[in-house]
Amino acid sequence: MYEVVAFYLFAALTITMFTITVMTKNALYAMTSLAAGMIFISAFFFLLDADFLGVVQIIVYSGAVMAVYAFGMMFLDTLKDVKEKNPSKKIVFFLSGMIALLLVIILLTPMISDKVQALYPVSDELGNAEAVGIVLFTKYLVPFEVAAIMLLVAMIAGIILASKRMDESITLKVDEEIEKEVKGSQ
Amino acid sequence: MITLNHYLVLAAILFSIALVGILRRKNLLLLFFATEIALNAINIALAAFSKYLGDLTGQLFAFFIIAIAASEVAVGLGLLIIWYKRTGNIDLDSLQSMKW
Repeated sequence: MYEVVAFYLFAALTITMFTITVMTKNALYAMTSLAAGMIFISAFFFLLDADFLGVVQIIVYSGAVMAVYAFGMMFLDTLKDVKEKNPSKKIVFFLSGMIALLLVIILLTPMISDKVQALYPVSDELGNAEAVGIVLFTKYLVPFEVAAIMLLVAMIAGIILASKRMDESITLKVDEEIEKEVKGSQ
Repeated sequence: MITLNHYLVLAAILFSIALVGILRRKNLLLLFFATEIALNAINIALAAFSKYLGDLTGQLFAFFIIAIAASEVAVGLGLLIIWYKRTGNIDLDSLQSMKW
């Protein structure tokens, strides 16, 4: 019973939060509602007995990814509305409606056959984190290492890209202009 | 009783919201937000499959998707900073031309 209540509660909350993210004009509202939606999504993982995935969702998404996005917020004046030119709303709503319809049709087709067998069955003896660790470090060891290298490459790429032409910083320019104005007034 | 279909419909709704965002956003940072929503919707579907088919593979795929999303954010924001320094805005319309 409580599972049903929790599912519908968190489904409503997640859909509301992500709708705000998509529809709002204020960049700060979009980011905070996205962070809230990420945390609500981790509730589904806990409901689905995927404890470790839920913890990773909170730490990586709500922690790391949202921190990086908050860093990216310096591009936007958060007090001002984001100006977006939308030439035709009809086309946007038509296309998204058609895509949604397509998704529903895809999902309604019987996709689960009876012949599906669990390759790595969930055992009752082990906890979720333990079972995930065993499968991750045996069957999926190579993809795990490749993912580690990919994260390293992404980190180096991010540092190099962001530090390029660091001397042309926008904030520094503003400081110089302020100094000139101060000197000019004196 | 919550079945697999409940979770799949929820994932489809969230994915549709993300698609609306991808189609209507012109600001690149807010476009990134919409792609994150899409990735999260897929993660829910994979975790639900993992539970109802009794197989851990779905959860492991979700882990790799989270890793990919993290590296996408790092590289994407690095490129965004360069683009902002070069043009002074992060509007998608300013990306239409290949030359600068």
